[in-house]
Amino acid sequence: MILFVVFLPLIAAIVAGLGNKALGVVPAKLVTTGALFAAAILSWLIFIPYLQGTAGYTLTPVLEWMRSGTMSVDWALRVDALTAVMLVVITSVSALVHLYSWGYMSEDPDQPRFFAYLSLFTFAMLMLVTADNLVQMFFGWEGVGLASYLLIGFWFKKPSANAAAIKAFVVNRVGDLGFMLGIFGTYLVFDTVSIDAILRAAPGMAGSTIGFLGFRADTLTVLCLLLFVGAMGKSAQLGLHTWLPDAMEGPTPVSALIHAATMVTAGVFMVCRLSPMFETSPVALDVVTFVGAATCLFAATCGMVQTDIKRVIAYSTCSQLGYMFFAAGIGAYGAAMFHLFTHAFFKALLFLGAGSVIHAMHHEQDMRYYGGLRREIPLTFWAMLLGTLAITGVGVAGVFGFAGFYSKDAIIEGGWAANEVGVWFVGVLVAAITSFYSWRLMFLTFWGTPRWAESEHIQHALHDAHGHGHDQEAHPAGEHGGHEPSEHGPSQHDLPAGTGGYHPHESPWTMLAPLGVLTLGAVFAGWAFEHYFIGADAGEHFWRGTIAFREHLMHAIHEVPLAIKLSATIAMLLGLLAAWYAYIRAPRTPAAVAGQFEPIYRFLLHKWYFDELYDLLFVRPAFAIGRLLWHRGDERTIDRFGPNGLAYAVSVGSRGAARLQSGYLYTYAFVMLLGLTGAVTWAITR
Amino acid sequence: MIGLVHYLVVAAILFALGVLGLVANRKNLIVMLMAIELILLAVNLNLVAFSAYLQDMVGQVFAMFVLTVAAGEAAIGLAILVIYFRGRGTIAVDDVNRMKG
Repeated sequence: MILFVVFLPLIAAIVAGLGNKALGVVPAKLVTTGALFAAAILSWLIFIPYLQGTAGYTLTPVLEWMRSGTMSVDWALRVDALTAVMLVVITSVSALVHLYSWGYMSEDPDQPRFFAYLSLFTFAMLMLVTADNLVQMFFGWEGVGLASYLLIGFWFKKPSANAAAIKAFVVNRVGDLGFMLGIFGTYLVFDTVSIDAILRAAPGMAGSTIGFLGFRADTLTVLCLLLFVGAMGKSAQLGLHTWLPDAMEGPTPVSALIHAATMVTAGVFMVCRLSPMFETSPVALDVVTFVGAATCLFAATCGMVQTDIKRVIAYSTCSQLGYMFFAAGIGAYGAAMFHLFTHAFFKALLFLGAGSVIHAMHHEQDMRYYGGLRREIPLTFWAMLLGTLAITGVGVAGVFGFAGFYSKDAIIEGGWAANEVGVWFVGVLVAAITSFYSWRLMFLTFWGTPRWAESEHIQHALHDAHGHGHDQEAHPAGEHGGHEPSEHGPSQHDLPAGTGGYHPHESPWTMLAPLGVLTLGAVFAGWAFEHYFIGADAGEHFWRGTIAFREHLMHAIHEVPLAIKLSATIAMLLGLLAAWYAYIRAPRTPAAVAGQFEPIYRFLLHKWYFDELYDLLFVRPAFAIGRLLWHRGDERTIDRFGPNGLAYAVSVGSRGAARLQSGYLYTYAFVMLLGLTGAVTWAITR
Repeated sequence: MIGLVHYLVVAAILFALGVLGLVANRKNLIVMLMAIELILLAVNLNLVAFSAYLQDMVGQVFAMFVLTVAAGEAAIGLAILVIYFRGRGTIAVDDVNRMKG
């Protein structure tokens, strides 16, 4: 069964990718989407026995890969509770994204290629989560990187998309270097790359030291930190996060796939998979906690001031990933995985909902040109509303809550329970900020008055529509005659203010159906699965040692004081209130606040100047060195004295020799004379 | 008394004139032929002078041969010149530069 789950997407990707234009658009879409839905159903069939507690650990060998000395690497698919969770998340979201893309990409000329990439992406991620050893995991890791490059740069005619794709690839490469060093180090220390063997041997290595960069350091700390650098790259943690917002250049379904199901969750998954190893190194765990909390805060503050709807959600993802990492850092791996699970549903929902809005608004992404869309696209509005309720964590303890309520609150309470008050405070603060930017998005998009008349995209759309209108008038039948009356005779005064006569249209059912399914996930995923993922007793039973499960911490989470339990909810309400005040009650407030705190606003708007800093520290020196080696090194040294120099010498020499052969008799005679004189001189003086 | 050295000096002068006539001459090919003739005569003078000085007849016999060859050479050279002039319409040295690859 697991073989089908993993390889169906690959086969579909190969068929759709190689068949491409010859295969036709609809068959390619059918093959990939069908394969993904089949894989999703099979994944749920795999997952359900784990909920019932009847399934254990299985290993399905596929192929022998490498044998060299003591190094032995096999292709084997490992399925346990942790993998099963990931399988469900990946295949479900991916299948829905495939379906969604039918509608979203329907006007694109390269659909088979797009669907092939999507399936390939899914396959790589499945390979990663079913990995039995670190090398196989690295294969999936790189596969995900490749597929993300292809998908972010899918619209390769856009220079910004190409730049974003390259940036994602290069930044991930930095993280991958850490991961690779981690794998090398692990092999060096444990003499194996099998995850099981490493985790078994890890506690025994505690306290040993290893030489690294000329220092003696604790072996496991070094290894864990190196591996964590890899996780930081993939999961866009502070420092290596810069690729994530730029990755929004890709089509929206890709963003949903990257952010919800594949790619960014890989780092969290890896830390959880290797959690017994991380448990042996308190220093590494502290670093994970710190980086997670810092990312959480950083991304949330950036999300507050972004105006591009997708970028707000992108920073939101970054911030939620920070939550997952600091949950892992304080030892609540179950909570981290739980948040990953619920986050996948509501973040996919938010992204696909944003895609639906963008679709409706004719590819306008700037929220300042939205407003009042609640009445125009009600179904999308309801889906987004439920997604927002889920991400902000609305709920009443003990009764019912949306998905984020269970998972995020568990993490925040975990921060308190693990005696990390600072972390708990960051968690609560970010919960407020999360609520603020999520509701800001909702209010700007769906409430208020329409503001899209000035949008360039909308004006393009209107212009096109008028062109079509004239075409249709030329046709005697006029099928669409009564369809959009406002198009004919556009008199400005009877149009609703701010719309410019444009009517956003609700998306087709292929886009709404995935939204519906994900809405179910966003509403019920927390409530239905809390017990299994983070229940103090059931959790142990569910995970069965596939992650390090600190039972006392889980107990402590359930027994934190009421004030702490309520803190996240209160923070959420404060955020909502602030957003409501700033964007509904007194819409002039944001501009006033931004004016008041100009430097801070600017600081946030420039994303803490990370891009500028990296530009200064890495990009420009790299360009400078490249130019130096190119102009000075290659052109002026190697080329000048190498090939070009030789060619020049030959041509000058031959030109001289050619001049010698003038054709004039007296020259020849003179040369003869010289030669003769020389020969005679030599003969005499010898 | 005119001795060997005088002959040799005259021969050397003639030889030098002949060489200069070959190398420095830019007028026409006939002058070049005459210069070659001059060189050969210089050599002949040397041969005859040494022959008389050493009381050996071989030098003079050799000079006879050289004269004969020079006559043949002049005949052939002039014949080539006539043919060349017919074809090209000039025998100016500066225009004769076809001997290159």
